[in-house]
Amino acid sequence: MTVSLTIESLSAHYGTTQVLKDLSISVAAGELVSLLGSSGCGKTTTLRLVAGFLQPTSGRIRLGNRDLTTLPAHARNIGLVFQNYALFPHLTVLDNVAFGLKQRGLAKPDRTKRAMAMLERVGLAPLADRLPAALSGGQKQRVALARALVIEPPLLMFDEPLSNLDAKLRIDMRVEIRQLQRANGTTSLYVTHDQEEAFSISDRVAIMNAGRILQLDTPEVLYQKPASAFVARFVGFENLIRMKVVDRQSAIVTAEATGGTRLHLSQDLFGPIKDDFILACRADGLAVRREGEGIPAVLGTRTYLGRAYQYKCETAAGEITANGPLSDPLDAGARAVLTPLPEQCCILDPEN
Amino acid sequence: MATRIHPLLGAFAILVFFFLLAPLVIIVGSALSDTTFLTFPPQGLTLRWFANIFQMEAFRRTAITSLQVALLGTGLSLLIGIPAAYALNRYRVELPRWLSTLFVLPILVPEIVFGFALLKSITIGLGLPVFISLVVGHALLILPYSVRVVGASLASFDFSIEEAARSLGCPPLKTFMTVVLPNIRAGVIAAFILAFITSINDVSVSVFLTGPGISTLPIQILAHMEQFFDPTIASVSVLLMLVTVGVMAIVEATLGLTFLTK
Repeated sequence: MTVSLTIESLSAHYGTTQVLKDLSISVAAGELVSLLGSSGCGKTTTLRLVAGFLQPTSGRIRLGNRDLTTLPAHARNIGLVFQNYALFPHLTVLDNVAFGLKQRGLAKPDRTKRAMAMLERVGLAPLADRLPAALSGGQKQRVALARALVIEPPLLMFDEPLSNLDAKLRIDMRVEIRQLQRANGTTSLYVTHDQEEAFSISDRVAIMNAGRILQLDTPEVLYQKPASAFVARFVGFENLIRMKVVDRQSAIVTAEATGGTRLHLSQDLFGPIKDDFILACRADGLAVRREGEGIPAVLGTRTYLGRAYQYKCETAAGEITANGPLSDPLDAGARAVLTPLPEQCCILDPEN
Repeated sequence: MATRIHPLLGAFAILVFFFLLAPLVIIVGSALSDTTFLTFPPQGLTLRWFANIFQMEAFRRTAITSLQVALLGTGLSLLIGIPAAYALNRYRVELPRWLSTLFVLPILVPEIVFGFALLKSITIGLGLPVFISLVVGHALLILPYSVRVVGASLASFDFSIEEAARSLGCPPLKTFMTVVLPNIRAGVIAAFILAFITSINDVSVSVFLTGPGISTLPIQILAHMEQFFDPTIASVSVLLMLVTVGVMAIVEATLGLTFLTK
């Protein structure tokens, strides 16, 4: 029984400050959507509104055909995994996992059986009699996951579940979470500030800022075709160059940056280009060459990245970061030309 | 290797212990004296003053009143104190800061003033019966202990656990009973003991609230001493001490004394 989650123009206030502005999002049945953003962007507020710990000032929250908006938290039937695990310290691992089943009125043998089966799935059956204090961080989060999954909720929500774990464990756990979520086909909402985590675990990612969703897309689209300067910077486009079209010759557009630098860009490769636009380039998206067509630059500090050399370059359009080939190291002070590579760059509308 | 202790420091330490313990030794000694007046060292040894307590109706009656008042008062103070401590911690950010100070007022105000205020407000103002006034007065007197000690264990309580319980289908009141209470158990027991001992030993509030026919043991001790200066007083005191020591021994055996000082 998989259902979709629909949030319709949700607004929320803390006192007089509006923390969520008319937010709408819909998570398809069985889909995992991440809310990604820095602290204070409203992602946790959204999750707490869906969980029922906060009340919205306006808007609706629906799960399948159930309207959750005014339901108390305990009647919503949502599995929650917290950043700090939030295990019951006075209950054993088994009783922690069985807690939700007990609230649903299951008889003891029944709930023990189901809780044990779930503990088997997360590989913690041998620790069933321990208290949470005797577990490691990773084990605690597995118990929390088992506790949320065992009630077979139509919606799972994760609030930065991996933030308290070390780097190696984070990667293992996110694979595990994704496998369990896929196997159960549970609709999921995942909150994180970690871009890599969000991109690796999600079907779609919503990038949030100041109480709004800026862009909701698959990780691939977000990574390659951000819709705005904010999202572009967020997904790692180091260079945002403001440009104006000065001449159009069929598919080739001549554009000028501040400082007079001119580029010829093909609309066949870059897509349609408006008169005013931002050329967004990753450091990898600018070829560093000794000569040719492109942005003239004076190279600054060179950093070895392993796969390339990174240069801080002085140009008439401002400082630009570009990666050059290992085969041809250039020294500080050398003159070079930076050529945008269409597959690693994108054209942005400055009004977005 | 023995640490060298300055002779003055040693002497000082011995004096401290002497002044702490000497009065207790004198009381125990006087209680055993086979004389009709209080004296130390005891002249002759007898347990008849202890027997005398149990023959004196007033002591028996007031001891029972004291126990009833202490139990009911402590219960009442916890009934108010636990939810108050919970609210003060759970909504620490939302609530004004002076509110938590309000709950310690009964120990900040001089007890004699507090007792008089209670007499004016509940006995005279509300016209409550003496016994009820005593219970209410004691409950208010010991409320700070309930709020503070329970609050101390709530301060380290992670409220996201409560949210976890609610997300798993547990309604708010049941969440409080099954998830919050078991985790602050030590604080509740500590608050109970501190409040109980404070109540059973209280004089200054009780002296205003006791009335015709109803008195507490410490007030009865005072009254008895004004009339008779015999070792009965000392033996009652010894019994009160033994009760306190007994409670402490139970705490030590079950929970460890350190948790009272935490």
